[in-house]
Amino acid sequence: MAAEKHSIDALGQFVLYPVFGNVGRSLHIAQSNVLMAIAAILILGLLYLGMRPRAVVPGRLQAAAELLYEFVYNMVDDQLGRKAHAYFPFVFALFCFILFGNYLGLIPGSFTYTSHIAVTLTLALVVFVLGLIVSLRVQGLHFFAHFLPEGSPIFLAPLLVPIEIISYLSRPISLSIRLFANMVAGHVLFEVFAAFTIMLGSLGVIGKFIAVAPVAVNVAMFALELLVGALQAYVFAILTCIYLREAAVETHDEALV
Amino acid sequence: MRLPLLAAIMTAAGAIALGAATPAFAVGMPQLDASNPLLWWQLVWGAVIFVVLYVLLSRSALPKVAGVLATRAARIESDLDAARDAKREADEAGRTMHEERRRAAAEAQDLVAKTVAEARESAAATLRELNAKLDAEADAAEARLAAARDAALASLPGVAVSTATALVEKLTGRAPEPARIESAVSAHLPSKAA
Amino acid sequence: MDVVAAKQIGAGLAAIALAGAGVGIGSVFASLVATIGRNPASRPHVFTLGMLGFALTEATGLFALLIAFLILFA
Repeated sequence: MAAEKHSIDALGQFVLYPVFGNVGRSLHIAQSNVLMAIAAILILGLLYLGMRPRAVVPGRLQAAAELLYEFVYNMVDDQLGRKAHAYFPFVFALFCFILFGNYLGLIPGSFTYTSHIAVTLTLALVVFVLGLIVSLRVQGLHFFAHFLPEGSPIFLAPLLVPIEIISYLSRPISLSIRLFANMVAGHVLFEVFAAFTIMLGSLGVIGKFIAVAPVAVNVAMFALELLVGALQAYVFAILTCIYLREAAVETHDEALV
Repeated sequence: MRLPLLAAIMTAAGAIALGAATPAFAVGMPQLDASNPLLWWQLVWGAVIFVVLYVLLSRSALPKVAGVLATRAARIESDLDAARDAKREADEAGRTMHEERRRAAAEAQDLVAKTVAEARESAAATLRELNAKLDAEADAAEARLAAARDAALASLPGVAVSTATALVEKLTGRAPEPARIESAVSAHLPSKAA
Repeated sequence: MDVVAAKQIGAGLAAIALAGAGVGIGSVFASLVATIGRNPASRPHVFTLGMLGFALTEATGLFALLIAFLILFA
């Protein structure tokens, strides 16, 4: 397809390209990796710099670090109870990695690594494989009994078991696509409205006035994206907790897709 | 606050790094463009970064936060304990004070009652003494009075006799017989007992 | 028929699914408002659940959007 057929280049922002010149090209470092590293450094910086005073009455930065810690800890604790201790660092890393990725992506000119299905699917597969390993270790072969819901008549088994297996296998897909699609949709909308502004700007004097409207929409969208970015990180983390609870805690709950 | 500064520097560095190349015009979805080797390589580097992040978080950063939170919880707990102890002591002291005050009040009451009783006793004694003295004086006065009257009464016949003698002498011109005068006077005078 | 035209029609059809997501999100928030209105004390508990429900429901709409993108650009 020719370039002029897409007057709105909504997807160009997701193109990966090598950074750091020839070094980056030979090491295959993409700009998404730079953002990932920035996110990791910011997370660690928040915790290390924030907690350095070790104050009993926290300052602003320390309060932020503690707020983040306690928020994630309560989330994990609610789901996993006394087993929270083992999985908390993983969920914390996951939550912060996604949250900072979403928010860094909102900085104009930067890049959203959570808008790449490869990244989110990898994260979701890590969660899935971890859940699988934990359930096999904790529940052993009893784990496979979950694919036939308790109390269901045996003659429905040929119907129910495939459905349960498919729903179990679709978890990483829904988990990753949810995050990926949210991020892509948000950033595409940004781009589309920004393109409207440019289009209207080229329509003479009146167009330049009307062109303010898409900018205003983008400002509102930005606020919504701040909400969505936090919400999707929260949803990813809480679903991780729910899956891990199903795996690590014996009782079988109603599966959340 | 150092973190915002760090964030600004990181963002600037990132922008410079990213600005090195301008993105191409996307035809399909870049996320599904398997011909771009960076699509797979970003996962490799991303995995490295995530593992490093996880290890640093679980080994040092999060235990540090947990340590600070535990210290605070312990501190608050000990402060609360101290406050509870202080409150118990204050309650104890308050109770002791009440006890003491009640005892002191009772003592004061006793003292007042005793003093009042003593005062009343001594007043009564004084009164009795005075009464006795007054009675004695009254008796003495009465006795003296009686003696005076007796003396007066006793001297009365003598006076009457001499008066009668003088009268008779004046009237008759001769001295009467003392024995007649005496009997006449004693006949007219009331008896001493009257 | 022109392939491009077919793609665009397909993408438009895929976007119809957003109606379901809209109904779902409306239902989630209607229940949330009704619950908080009936028992304001339950707000902190119910609010996070409501947000979770919103995110899960919204994702179905985004799946449709994703299909539209795939049809258009993939």
